Amino acid sequence: MLGEGILKGLTETARNFAGSFVSAERLTTVQYPEQRIPTAEAARVFPFLVYDGTDWEAGMRCVACQICEKECPPKCIYIEKSKDKKPDFVGKMQIYPAKFDIDVSVCMSCQICVEVCPFEAIKMDTEFELSTTDRFGGLLYDRKQLSRSNEYYHEIHPTEAAEVDARLAEEKAKAEAKAKAAAQATAAKAAADPSVPAKAAAVPAASTVAPAAKPAEAAPAPKPSGGGE
Amino acid sequence: MLEKADQIFLLLRDWLVGYLPPGWRAAAGAVLGVIGIVAVFPGLFAIAVLMERKGLGRMQNRLGPNRVGPFGILQPIADAIKSLTKEDIVPTNADAVVHFLAPVFLVVVAFMGFAVLPVGRNMVLVNMDAGLLFYFAMGASTEVSIFMAGWSSRNKYSLLGAMRAVAQMISYEVPLLLSSVVIVMMTGSLSLVKIVEAQNQYTWGLPHWYIFTPWGCAAFIMYAVAATAETNRSPFDLPEGESELVAGYFTEYSGFKFALFFLGEYLGMLSISGLGTTLFLGGWSAPLAVLNWVPSWIWFFSKIMLSISVLIWVRGTLPRLRQDQLMNFAWKFVLPMTLLNLMVAALWRFMGDGWARWVVCSAILLLVYVGAGRIGMRREHFGPRTYRYAE
Repeated sequence: MLGEGILKGLTETARNFAGSFVSAERLTTVQYPEQRIPTAEAARVFPFLVYDGTDWEAGMRCVACQICEKECPPKCIYIEKSKDKKPDFVGKMQIYPAKFDIDVSVCMSCQICVEVCPFEAIKMDTEFELSTTDRFGGLLYDRKQLSRSNEYYHEIHPTEAAEVDARLAEEKAKAEAKAKAAAQATAAKAAADPSVPAKAAAVPAASTVAPAAKPAEAAPAPKPSGGGE
Repeated sequence: MLEKADQIFLLLRDWLVGYLPPGWRAAAGAVLGVIGIVAVFPGLFAIAVLMERKGLGRMQNRLGPNRVGPFGILQPIADAIKSLTKEDIVPTNADAVVHFLAPVFLVVVAFMGFAVLPVGRNMVLVNMDAGLLFYFAMGASTEVSIFMAGWSSRNKYSLLGAMRAVAQMISYEVPLLLSSVVIVMMTGSLSLVKIVEAQNQYTWGLPHWYIFTPWGCAAFIMYAVAATAETNRSPFDLPEGESELVAGYFTEYSGFKFALFFLGEYLGMLSISGLGTTLFLGGWSAPLAVLNWVPSWIWFFSKIMLSISVLIWVRGTLPRLRQDQLMNFAWKFVLPMTLLNLMVAALWRFMGDGWARWVVCSAILLLVYVGAGRIGMRREHFGPRTYRYAE
C-alpha cells in the first residue's frame, strides 16, 4: 500500500531516536577532545626522523644522502649536509644532516620518502593535531622537531617497527661478522709475516676476544664498503 | 485564578495600555500585540532549531550539539552571534536593492501570517472574517521574495533554485488550499476564530476536532504533505538541494541576510503548523474536556511544537525526491485526492447524522487511496536501451 515504506522508515528513525538515549553502544561518534579512538596502525600523517638511544642528535639514523629530498614529489624536504662525520648504528663514520626541514604545509603524506630511504631513518607519524597560529614558521619543522625515538616508533607502528629492528640487527650482525673476518685476516697476515713483531699480532687478537661488546672500535678501519646492502 | 492564567496576555496588555489616554489605547494595544508576536515566534524558532539539531542527531545515533551551555541549549544564541558578526557580502553583479529586500520581505510576510492565527481564547491580533484567505495570500507572497532572491543574485544556482522553489510552491499551493476548503465547507466561515470555536465542543469528553472525521483526516494528511512542500522541507527540499544547487536561492547570501532567510523558513514552518493546528487539531482547544482548565495558549503552542517535531521526524527519515516525482505526486495524486475529498465532505454533510456516513465516507476514501496508490506505484519496465542515431 502507498505509504507503507514511509511508516517503516518512520519507525526505524523513532527506534534510533529512543535507542540512542538508552544504549550507549548505538552512538557511532565519540566526544572528540575528551574521548579518542586510537589511530589505526597503518595510519600516516607526516614524516618524522627516527633516532636510536636517548640523544636525538647522536642517535639520528639519517645520513643526509638526500634521496628523499630528490624523490619528494611536492619538494617539501630541505637537507644540508654536515662537514664533519659521526658514527652510525654499526659504528661506521657517516655524515649527518646539519639541517633537515620539512614543510608540512606542502607535504602531501605520500610516504615516498619512507619507501626510498635505505637507512630506515624517516617514517610516518600518526600525530594529527598539528594546528598552529603561525602558518609559515609553525608548519616548517626542523630536524629537532622532526626527531622521534625508536621507542615512539614502536609505540605507533609496532609491527612495522619490529620488522625494521630485525632487519637492522641482521645488518649489524653481518657487518660485525665481516669486521671479525677482516680482523682475523689481518691477524693471520701479521702472524705469517715474520718482519712484523709479535706485538702487532697481539692487538687484533685482543679485539677478537670481545667484538660484540665494542664493535664500533673494531669495525671502521677494515670495512670500507659499509652496511648498505 | 485559572481564568486569569488563560487570559494573562490580554490582562497584561490592558494593564499596560491603561496608563495611556483613552484615545491611544486601541493603537497601543495593537502595537503590543505585534511586539508579542515578533518576540514569541522567533523564540519558538530558536527552540525549533535546537530541537531539530538534537533530534536529527539522535535519529542518526549522534548526540547533536552539546558544547554551548548545559546540553548545548545555548547553541541558537551562539548561532545568532555568529551570523550577526559575519561579513555581509553582496556580489558585484547582483541587483543590490532587490538582493537586500528579498530576505526582509520574506520575514515580513512570514510574520503577517501570524496576525490572523488565534493563539488562545480571545487571543487573535486581527479577527478577520476572511482570515483564511488573508493567510493564504500572505503565504503565497513568500514565493515573490524567493524569486527576488534568486533573480537578483545573478547566479545560475540561485536562479535554478528559485525556479524550482516557485514551481514547487505554486504546485503545492493548490492542494494546500483545496484541502483547507473542506473545513470552510463544514464550518461555513473563513474566520479562523470561528473554525476553532466550531471544534471546541466535546462529546463524551472527546473533542470535535476535524481530524477525527474521515474527510478531515484525509484532508489533514494531504495538508501535511502540501505544507511540507510549501515550506521547502525535506523530502521536498529540492530548491536548496545542497548536492546539486549549492544552497538554492540563498547561495549568494551571507551573514545576517542568510540568518533572515533561515528565520523566514522556520517562521513559515511555525505559521503553517499553526494554521494546520487551527484547521484540523482544534486550535487552542484542549484534547479532552477534563483538561479544559489548562490555559488555552499552552495547548496551541504545544500543538505547534508537536507538528514541528513531526516535520523534523520526517526530515530525519525520508530522502529527497526527484523533480518529476515531486510534480507527479502533486498533480497526479494529491490534487485528485483533494478534489475527491471535497465530494466526500459534501456527501458527509448531506447524509445527515448516524453511523452510515462514517462507513460510506471512510470506505470511499480508503478505496480510492489504495487504488490510486496501486496505480501510482506500478513500476514502469524499461527494456534495453536502443540508440536511433548514434551507433
